[in-house]
Amino acid sequence: MGIKPSTPYGKDHGGCGLVGILDRAGRPVSGDMIVSSLCSMKERGNGLGSGYAVYGAYPQFRESFGVHVMYNDAAARGTVEALLKSKLELVHAEPVPVRKIHAIADPPEFWRYFVNPPAPVIEQGEDALDDLIVGTVMDINERIEGAYVVSSGKDLAVFKGVGHPDAIAEFFRMQDYAGHLLLGHTRFPTNTPGWWGGAHPFTILDWSIVHNGEISSYGTNRRYVEMFGYKCTLLTDTEVVAYLLDLLIRKKGLPLPAAAAVLAPPFWKDILQMEPAKRDYYTALRVSYANATLNGPFAILMGFSNGILGLNDRIKLRPLVVGRKGDLVAIASEESAIREVIPEPEDVWAPKAGEPIILTLKEGAPH
Amino acid sequence: MLYKNPYNNYFDYVVQRDLDKCIRCKACVAQCSYGANFYDADRDVIYSTDANCVGCMRCSTFCPTDCIRIVRNPDTFRPNANWKDNNMKDLYKQAGTGGIIITGMGNDKPYTNYWEHMVIDACQVTNPSIDPLREPMELRTFLGRKPDRIEIDKKGDMTTKLAPQLVLETPIMFSAMSYGSINYNVCESVARAAKELGTYWNTGEGGLPKTLYQYGERTIVQCASGRFGVSPEYLGAGAAIEIKIGQGAKPGIGGHLPGEKVLEGISETRMIPVGTDAISPAPHHDIYSIEDLKQLIYALKEATHYEKPVSVKIAAVHNVAAIASGIARAGADIIAIDGFRGGTGAAPKAIRDNVGIPIEVAIAAVDERLRQEGIRNAVSLVAAGGFRSSSDVIKAIALGADAVYIATSALMSLGCTLCQQCHRGRCAWGITTNDPELAKRVNPEIGAERLVNLIQAWSNEIKEMLGLMGINCIESLKGNRDRLRGVGLSEVELTALGIQQAGM
Repeated sequence: MGIKPSTPYGKDHGGCGLVGILDRAGRPVSGDMIVSSLCSMKERGNGLGSGYAVYGAYPQFRESFGVHVMYNDAAARGTVEALLKSKLELVHAEPVPVRKIHAIADPPEFWRYFVNPPAPVIEQGEDALDDLIVGTVMDINERIEGAYVVSSGKDLAVFKGVGHPDAIAEFFRMQDYAGHLLLGHTRFPTNTPGWWGGAHPFTILDWSIVHNGEISSYGTNRRYVEMFGYKCTLLTDTEVVAYLLDLLIRKKGLPLPAAAAVLAPPFWKDILQMEPAKRDYYTALRVSYANATLNGPFAILMGFSNGILGLNDRIKLRPLVVGRKGDLVAIASEESAIREVIPEPEDVWAPKAGEPIILTLKEGAPH
Repeated sequence: MLYKNPYNNYFDYVVQRDLDKCIRCKACVAQCSYGANFYDADRDVIYSTDANCVGCMRCSTFCPTDCIRIVRNPDTFRPNANWKDNNMKDLYKQAGTGGIIITGMGNDKPYTNYWEHMVIDACQVTNPSIDPLREPMELRTFLGRKPDRIEIDKKGDMTTKLAPQLVLETPIMFSAMSYGSINYNVCESVARAAKELGTYWNTGEGGLPKTLYQYGERTIVQCASGRFGVSPEYLGAGAAIEIKIGQGAKPGIGGHLPGEKVLEGISETRMIPVGTDAISPAPHHDIYSIEDLKQLIYALKEATHYEKPVSVKIAAVHNVAAIASGIARAGADIIAIDGFRGGTGAAPKAIRDNVGIPIEVAIAAVDERLRQEGIRNAVSLVAAGGFRSSSDVIKAIALGADAVYIATSALMSLGCTLCQQCHRGRCAWGITTNDPELAKRVNPEIGAERLVNLIQAWSNEIKEMLGLMGINCIESLKGNRDRLRGVGLSEVELTALGIQQAGM
């Protein structure tokens, strides 16, 4: 059973491997592909955490929010379901299908709920609706002992736990899923062992994050998002990245490239050499959102239903490589992981430090 | 009643002179501005009137043969754990004079110094430390109101305009010291250093001599309860305006500049007659509540066309968090908080040593409170009062300050030895005196160079420490209390500071 560590404040340490695969034409990519890609980087993990995100996983419920909940304590399920029913309209509930395997000892219980917001909230617009979902997630994570929300987006499935990437894939039957965008992560933590909630991806609404690195600015970032009602309860620094992006993009209305420039801002020496309008723009972003700057080594992939963002820290202390063939794009920690799924890529390149890679579905692509 | 004041005998210091080494050059006689050393021509010997010695070390420093030792007077009262030396001496003085005891510089009592109970985190293995000699390391700091959000239109152009900001190349500024409390040469030294360093100096409440207007873009002009030297030109001359409500060394009372120090230039700048005591009122007589402060903030903004940030400086007192919250809501762009170890040119000793709280806990409380109220980004926080080193500065920023003010440290780099005689206007180091002969002891060019050296040294140390924390810009340290741990503090002290015990 995944035991939440007792340390009162949590921050992830360690190396990791990550990969994201996007079909820009919106065609479903099989779950097997991301598993084989991630497993080629087994060296980057130590079996203490792996996970996957699948965008386009639930076409039959695509208009509902899919809430995946992990139960360390079976007794918590009643409380969670009562809370969900009190705030939202429950369309469908079921246990997440798993295969009991030897390599995964004593797993927690997983359920998924498809929920619709009540009509009065829908009328208030998208922001109120998202706030309701975020508020519900925060409530469960913070207040209900033994229950943790794994994901809460529409048409999004997230599977994660303690184990090597192949074992977690087998446990959650990854081969049964497909989607236009897949993310995978294998973890090499030096603390928080055995905690299923500490595995990546971390998600909020439509955002999911996989992350390799350590956030030295964690305290600054955490206290910043807390000002806006987010609560960091999962004992890892990656969680704060998910909340930062939600805050910057959804609440503060920044376009994605601007949000990336906040997380990994250009150096002042470079800003000062820009032409005046650009200089003012980057200065205003840095000055106004200084608390959202991520410091320390990181490579991050952030998935959303329309695409993927890849971002390195300002001095590129973690690897990140992009490969492409036709509409199929992969971003990963290692080129080998890209070649596993795109054996003969047209392009392979390593983005510069702090340079955001934003890849989206082509216009009109189904998803 | 025939009575001799015991204090006359139980003075603090004794000047010991090795007559074998003394060459009768009389440097010590010339250097002592308190009349402690004199030359007896008949005997060809230099003697000292020990009772006059303030322990400033000027004579021993300038003795070419190193023959002088300033030692604590071994002649002491009978030991008494309750009645300490200074309790007794102060009492005798007051019985003799009926006066309030005035002193200079900051609180020297052995209260807990929390900087000395906080340690800093470093990277090992999982997170590479960053080498400031090889990678960029950014200390640039912006002080002023930050927008709640930045609007970007459909074309991708920004439509938000930033409120006026102070731009610091290092998060250290020179704190308010008025012209008059320090002399012109010291003001010029500090102004030149601020300009060269890309930081700011603060006029204090004494106005700004016209000849220093050239440093205006690096000057914070202060508006205090006495309104000394405040005019439209003065407000327009600086980069920011600071309303001084209180000072850490003497919370709740006004400024004191003894008439002995009010000479020609000071009189002109302050707009008061020569030789008058410049005692500014305890409160601003147009600020009796928070809404009055708001009016003054906006009056100053109006007067300067909303082109300059307005700072409000308060002393750190028990309820500082709630007060700061009110100040933020009253429209201040910067809040400067001055802890009880901050210095002064003159303050009643009873107040200096007993009123206010340490800056460490004040900054922690204010930062936390403003976050709880969701208004932390609306204002910048400047911590002041007793910063002695770069590590004190780093810890203040990790607790939640945006920048710090230093003044005592700045004066020490000009020679100050903390003898606490600023109020007498006879400073042997030429700092807190307006006597032209003594003031010449500070050369603005050399003074500026020493101040620049100090701040550059601290800035380099800050860069090293950021690097070892794996951080390459100062904003990622702000309020990052995870990088601090407490050692030797009680649980309630840790809670007040918002940090964890080392080992946890």
